[in-house]
Amino acid sequence: MDVLSQLQRQLADFLASLYREGFVDDQFTQLQKLQDESSPDFVMEVVSLFFEDCEKLVNNMAKVLEQQVVDFKQVDSHVHQLKGSSSSIGAARIRNVCIAFKTFCEAQNREGCLRCLQQVNHEHAQLKANLQSLFTLERQIVAAGGSVPAMQ
Amino acid sequence: MESCNCIEPQWPAEELLMKYQYISDFFIALAYFSIPLELIYFVKKSAVFPYRWVLVQFGAFIVLCGATHLISLWTFNMHSRTVAVVMTTAKVLTAAVSCATALMLVHIIPDLLSVKTRELFLKNKAAELDREMGLIRTQEETGRHVRMLTHEIRSTLDRHTILKTTLVELGRTLALEECALWMPTRTGLELQLSYTLRQQNPVGYTVPIQLPVINQVFSSNHALKISPNSPVARLRPLSGKYMPGEVVAVRVPLLHLSNFQINDWPELSTRRYALMVLMLPSDSARQWHVHELELVEVVADQETELTPEQRLMVETILKSSNLLATLINDVLDLSKLEDGSLRLDLGSFNLHTVFREVLNLIKPITSVKKLPVTLNLAPDLPVYAIGDEKRLMQTILNVAGNAVKFSKEGSISITAFVANSESLRDSRAPGFFPVLSDDHFYLRVQVKDAGQGINPQDIPKLFTKFVHNQALATRNSSGSGLGLAICKRFVNLMEGHFWIESEGLGKGCMAIFIVKLGIPEKTSESKNPFLPKANHGQTAFPGLKVLVLDENGVSRMATKGLLVQLGCDVTTVSSRDECLHVVSQDHKVVCIDVCMPDGFEAAARLHEKFTKNHERPLIVALTGNTDKVTKENCMRVGMDGVILKPFSVDKMRSVLSDLLEHRVLFEAM
Repeated sequence: MDVLSQLQRQLADFLASLYREGFVDDQFTQLQKLQDESSPDFVMEVVSLFFEDCEKLVNNMAKVLEQQVVDFKQVDSHVHQLKGSSSSIGAARIRNVCIAFKTFCEAQNREGCLRCLQQVNHEHAQLKANLQSLFTLERQIVAAGGSVPAMQ
Repeated sequence: MESCNCIEPQWPAEELLMKYQYISDFFIALAYFSIPLELIYFVKKSAVFPYRWVLVQFGAFIVLCGATHLISLWTFNMHSRTVAVVMTTAKVLTAAVSCATALMLVHIIPDLLSVKTRELFLKNKAAELDREMGLIRTQEETGRHVRMLTHEIRSTLDRHTILKTTLVELGRTLALEECALWMPTRTGLELQLSYTLRQQNPVGYTVPIQLPVINQVFSSNHALKISPNSPVARLRPLSGKYMPGEVVAVRVPLLHLSNFQINDWPELSTRRYALMVLMLPSDSARQWHVHELELVEVVADQETELTPEQRLMVETILKSSNLLATLINDVLDLSKLEDGSLRLDLGSFNLHTVFREVLNLIKPITSVKKLPVTLNLAPDLPVYAIGDEKRLMQTILNVAGNAVKFSKEGSISITAFVANSESLRDSRAPGFFPVLSDDHFYLRVQVKDAGQGINPQDIPKLFTKFVHNQALATRNSSGSGLGLAICKRFVNLMEGHFWIESEGLGKGCMAIFIVKLGIPEKTSESKNPFLPKANHGQTAFPGLKVLVLDENGVSRMATKGLLVQLGCDVTTVSSRDECLHVVSQDHKVVCIDVCMPDGFEAAARLHEKFTKNHERPLIVALTGNTDKVTKENCMRVGMDGVILKPFSVDKMRSVLSDLLEHRVLFEAM
């Protein structure tokens, strides 16, 4: 089997595993469909924007949660933003953490919030690593002269 | 006297006459000189006068006339040759100008007159257009109101109304002192007092959901006696010697009605419960009986423990309300039927099921009226067919319903079979030439009843809209008489024919219709409905200008990418002010994320900015919430449509095409 089809096979398997483990969901497929010759880096751009956004929000939330008197409304609005962004790109795990996070905010439970924040960080790092590998694979395929197969 | 070259007046002796002529000439000259001045003054005052050069000409004419008369003052007596020369020049010039003026007036005056006629015509036209605009506007408003009302009616049949009615009825049946309903809040951590029987506006008490008494009640489907002092039962203010009656609490399972699909009952995994608390009258010796408790349990738990027959009935009710909704829509679209623009909703469906469902729908009434009904489906009748399922069902139901309505006794039979060429020729329609082909068949349905019958002469009138058959109109007749007319139109749309036979009053009647249905492909995909609209080009909306308002950068980008994929020309903004600044008449659609705090306000402002309906871009709300509050807010600010996030390319495409076609779409969830 030549290099190209091996790489394509690897990509398909990797993507399938990401779905199985719940890192990404249908919305991510939708995003991938939007990528074509006129916007070849669409997914990468959106995803980078998301990660920047996510880091910023996490830092803000950490600062707010460190205060003596925590302004839970602010934390809630940050979580809301993060939930929206993660739903838009299909980052399923992060979105689920956000849902739990929101409940803790409304209950004004600081411990719970801090735990969730840690979880968000963790998921964020994992997703970032996974998507980096994905993009590297895609680049390799393109360099080998093939095209990225669309996910069913 | 020496002879001179002057012209001598004929009557030199009449001094008086001379004097009068003198004076008159003087005044004439004065008038002639002042008229142009007046004209110039008034024309300078008015802004618009198209013929200024005419004025000049006129002025010259008048001035010269005046001059002539003025000079003639000198010619009454002896005058020198210079005066004569001047007089002659003046007269010659006057002659020239007056002739020119006379010629010119021939051209000008008709023009001036026609300006007046044109003005009158335009005034009339403007008044007429104003009237028409007013009519169109009121029609549009009415249509919109009716649509909103229908939607409102449909959406209030939700669990809140059902639960409240349950409360009221239970209170009445069991003669309760107080009956209250505690609903879980959005977070699921608390129960909030939502309704009470006696108090009109219960204060929003909340209790945490983790109380032991609540857990106890939620863990069993029985009605349990609880202490009158527990927080959920303390609904009345305590007064002195007041012996509270026994209190019972029961759980009420809540189903998400939006997940409710026919033939697909949702799994009972994530259950949310509401708590219903029932209090017997205080200071009485009454105690809860076992049968009362059982009644309460059945009423509360009815959503889960239905027997198959009950389930079937609930499904039937749902189906008929669906049909009702279609009926209402069709009445509102009657104008579409009139001008032939109504199109059938073709799809593949199970023909046998349609008949069985009609039978189920009329069964309740026929069993009450004790009319036996039989359904005969020919053995060669195809199971699957291609056509407009809803409208076919509507037609069969209308015909069968009429048979039931107008029968007091006797049996009703519904027969359906494939019409062969013989029975087609027998169709009694002059102009009905059915063409047999391989991928279509003609379905013939006959509904026979032994009821009141119809006078054969009245049969043609039955299909006229809004006309009630006088002989048949009973005290209880309701309905606007549209049914048969609509059904006939549907049958015609399905390339068929519909007629009624009756031998006379009291002899029953038979309604027969033939419609053309398609035969589905005999491949493995025979179960898939075929796609009627071929709107699958990737650039479905080339160049459509869309404005997207979303605070969240990531979702803004995702929405933009999606719309670009559909060929739209997308501009994105991130704040309400930017949106109002950028939006223009060119934008046909504005998508607003209503989860952001300014979302609804932006929509309201857009309405203010574009006062004329046809200039306003369509406003679509993008939301992650499907709850009632969001929906109400969307309708309140006048959104044209709502889409649930996250959405796909296909969903966006179908919503946009529906919106652009109808300019209104209430739900796309």
